[in-house]
Amino acid sequence: MISANLSAIFYLVSGVLFILALRGLSSPETSRQGNLFGIIGMIIAVTVTFLSTGNFSNGFIYVLIFILFGGSIGAFIAYKIPMTAMPELVAGFHSLVGLAAVFVAISAFLNPEAFNLGSSGNIKLGSLIEMSIGAAVGAITFSGSVIAFLKLQGIMSGSPITFKGQHPLNAIILISIIILIYMLCSTQSSNLFWILLAVSFLIGFLLIIPIGGADMPVVISMLNSYSGWAAAGIGFTLENSALIITGALVGSSGAILSYIMCKGMNRSFFNVILGGFGATDEKSTNSSKEQRPVKSGNADDAAFLMKNASSVIIVPGYGMAVAQAQHALREMVDTLKKNDIKVSYAIHPVAGRMPGHMNVLLAEANVPYDEVFELEEINNDFANADVAFVIGANDVTNPVAKTDPQSPIYGMPVLDVEKCKSVLFVKRSLSPGYAGIDNDLFYKENTLMLFADAKKMTEDITKNL
Amino acid sequence: MEIDPLIFRLSIFILSIFVGYYVVWSVTPSLHTPLMSVTNAISSVIIVGAIIAGLSGNSESVFNTSSIFGFLAIALAAINIFGGFLVTQRMLAMYKKKKKDKK
Repeated sequence: MISANLSAIFYLVSGVLFILALRGLSSPETSRQGNLFGIIGMIIAVTVTFLSTGNFSNGFIYVLIFILFGGSIGAFIAYKIPMTAMPELVAGFHSLVGLAAVFVAISAFLNPEAFNLGSSGNIKLGSLIEMSIGAAVGAITFSGSVIAFLKLQGIMSGSPITFKGQHPLNAIILISIIILIYMLCSTQSSNLFWILLAVSFLIGFLLIIPIGGADMPVVISMLNSYSGWAAAGIGFTLENSALIITGALVGSSGAILSYIMCKGMNRSFFNVILGGFGATDEKSTNSSKEQRPVKSGNADDAAFLMKNASSVIIVPGYGMAVAQAQHALREMVDTLKKNDIKVSYAIHPVAGRMPGHMNVLLAEANVPYDEVFELEEINNDFANADVAFVIGANDVTNPVAKTDPQSPIYGMPVLDVEKCKSVLFVKRSLSPGYAGIDNDLFYKENTLMLFADAKKMTEDITKNL
Repeated sequence: MEIDPLIFRLSIFILSIFVGYYVVWSVTPSLHTPLMSVTNAISSVIIVGAIIAGLSGNSESVFNTSSIFGFLAIALAAINIFGGFLVTQRMLAMYKKKKKDKK
């Protein structure tokens, strides 16, 4: 058994290693080393916990069994999961962190002696407050992530679910959570603790159902943040600095990602959280309801245009992930490069269903990361490029965001695709994108629509090159 | 009068938020997905609480209500730790630079 001071120092070390793990992600070269730091930090934290309890009795074996049991499930998932399913995976993992926080809080509430928090029914006030906050946030993270997971997986409809009185109801529940925590701390009643958990599960569910599919990048980042705050809450209860540091890191990381995602859509955080976007903005679409002519072409036309181009910019979006077209796309690009055509990729911050979603898919298809550019880096290049190849993206290319102040997406940063000499737009139909707005780009002189499945079209183009 | 240890923990917490803020802003946008999966993995350090809970039973009875919740939390956190780190590693291994020799 090691002293409390020594173990506190080791927890601090593992906290610092976690900081270095995030720091490593500032560039792909250092990122793998960063991940290693994270793993070492985790091993230190777990080992020190074993040593500090000094209890190697029968319970110890079961702890190992459960770690191996969970670990093998986790490892299995990690190796089997397709890269396109990454958003669902992350949402699913968030729910587990939330639930684990809830379970630890329950355990500490039932047996406070084991955690040095006082005795059952007479838990130290500070610990009880921290514990109930950790449990409530954990429960919200859990049920919210489960809903996000179901929506991303397609088990539940991705469209927003709204009903009358939704916002007042949510407000009442949130206030009741605060009152419950106050009452729980003054009475120490275990019934109140269970009610608090139940109500928190409910609000997590209610908060996420009104948020639609394309807002998922914000939701996932937000739940990422919540899982951090839940961990920090438990960290305060357990007086464990590794948990507090990690919770704060993860909490602020998720918050920054939500901010970046909101900015990418030019929407305020509250606007996203209150939800219902896309379902209520019908009126603005009416103006462009009349049939306008579009030029459509086939793979042959597209191949001809690209063959005669000297530079091509590819704009991937969620549709590429759905069609699993990233490998076919890379093959097309390889053929283009053989013909001495310069190819780069332009990624909008909210392309896909989670931050960085497109980058991972392109990396999976062996696209070198130095050919992939963010919006600010590449937006000026469209004017000099010959062909823009839009595959599975829609709203993020809509010039309406720059021209029509009435449009719900007005002010959102978009890729200046229309400045290219010609635009190839791969899409299954003319249907509007997630935001429910017609894309002006479809009707431009220099746009050629390619109506087909993204993967099939890309393969056909490659054949014709 | 002595300072409550809570204040020290609060200081760690607040300072870590700032560290997190600056560190995460320096993360390149193309690695945002690995960032989420690795934060997922490290937030599962909550397993330390779960282990304490799991070992709280006495030698006669390993399992009581409290320790069972602890064991369940251990399994959940372990899924996340192994899953999170391994999937991050798998993703990061895919990020490659352009090969110089191949045009």
